[in-house]
Amino acid sequence: MSFITGVGLTAYGKHEGLTSLDLMSKAAELAVTDAGLKRAEIDGILCGYSTVSPHIMLATVFAEHFGIRPSYAHAVQVGGATGLAMTMLAHHLVDAGVCRHVLVVGGENRLTGQSRDASIQALAQVGHPDYEVPLGPTIPAYYGLVASRYMHEYGVTQEDLAEFAVLMRKHALAHPGAQFHEPITVADVMNSKPVALPLKLLDCCPVSDGGAAFVISRERIGETSVRVLGCAQAHTHQHVTAAPCLSELGAEIAIAKAKDAAGVAISDVRYAAIYDSFTITLAMLLEDLGLAGRGEAAARVRAGYFNKDGAMPLNTHGGLLSYGHCGVGGAMAHLVETHLQMTERAGNRQVRDASIALLHGDGGVLSSHVSMFLERVR
Amino acid sequence: MNGKRADWTSGDEAILYQACSACGSLQYFNRSFCAVCGAPDPIEKRASGEGTVYATSLVCRAATPETRAHIPYNIVLVDAVEGFRMMAHGAQDLAIGDKVAARFTQFAGRLVPYFEKLR
Repeated sequence: MSFITGVGLTAYGKHEGLTSLDLMSKAAELAVTDAGLKRAEIDGILCGYSTVSPHIMLATVFAEHFGIRPSYAHAVQVGGATGLAMTMLAHHLVDAGVCRHVLVVGGENRLTGQSRDASIQALAQVGHPDYEVPLGPTIPAYYGLVASRYMHEYGVTQEDLAEFAVLMRKHALAHPGAQFHEPITVADVMNSKPVALPLKLLDCCPVSDGGAAFVISRERIGETSVRVLGCAQAHTHQHVTAAPCLSELGAEIAIAKAKDAAGVAISDVRYAAIYDSFTITLAMLLEDLGLAGRGEAAARVRAGYFNKDGAMPLNTHGGLLSYGHCGVGGAMAHLVETHLQMTERAGNRQVRDASIALLHGDGGVLSSHVSMFLERVR
Repeated sequence: MNGKRADWTSGDEAILYQACSACGSLQYFNRSFCAVCGAPDPIEKRASGEGTVYATSLVCRAATPETRAHIPYNIVLVDAVEGFRMMAHGAQDLAIGDKVAARFTQFAGRLVPYFEKLR
């Protein structure tokens, strides 16, 4: 058994002058304080990576910097799925008795620490070095390929995809820490600059600075706690050229295993935190996970189903698309927001009932998947 | 493997793939073994260059000066008639399901396969 006992999140956007370690430290301090713990009580550290400041031993670099001498520490790299993969590992570590309190941390000055071109170029390297990268694809192009096929097979339109960007922006407007504060419309998305068609600028998440952290503990702390019910991963490929057909992607495999591990059904879920690097990512994952029928997710957005006051509130902080994406920390913000919702601390964003939540992360080009169910315990 | 591979990734005008002599699986990414059954030394084969468009994305925002000079350029996934999938460049009028054939072109200082509609 494991509990998420503390969370920390910085604002996303520009943090001029702060390093990756600075942002990790800020988030970690918030999470440790939120858990009501002292640094010395943390006996495990898991961290992600920083494309701005790569290091072969980032977890111990961070531990030394932050002032912790853990009995277990290392970095984890699964692209956008890293945050949930670390949470899954922390869950198993405390459950197995290896650690009592694992600090999970991610943070990067990805926006101000390097040029936007450098970020795009670094990320494009998830492509095959011989058979893909020489063709000049970008991350949006990899997802643009997937989008074109998904739209072709399931009759999804560019206007459908735009709905997800509009929804995430609407949610971000209620969060002071979000990178974007101006409302957008479907027309704005449609008229935004083409990036890798069918994806346009507002179909893509931004590059951000920011940090996020959580503490995963063996025992609950406080009145209301959040318990990890069950989680699972699936990894079907690395490169989009080698991806299986759309009906055999990892999200469906991971969610099936996670449902078994957690002993719950999708109908039990009251809050959803789903990876949204691009509008197509969110549309596909919602449908792969069973939160909408095939080709029907956009209609559910239009009907208000995923609104704060809808049947399945989704990414109420604004997601990667509008809260921001600082690398590993990006999707960790989804878990922080979920925790705030489950412990009824989300303020003006608070949903009626977040008693059971589903989180899903995706790394690479729909390559690596982690599904996780959380339950509120009183 | 026998001899040096000469395909577009090494600057030669050819598309190569591999066939496993044990299980018959095909693979496009070159390896010294079959990724399905693990058998060594898959047979090198030369593809005809014909196939069907599986997916397309028109890149309008590139990340390097070399690639930016080419925008917009169409990245395509093509299902080769031989039975493997590959990434390449393609004409901008290509749509999913189009029957295509490959030629080769220069892109950012490299030789790359470029698919056009089969006439």
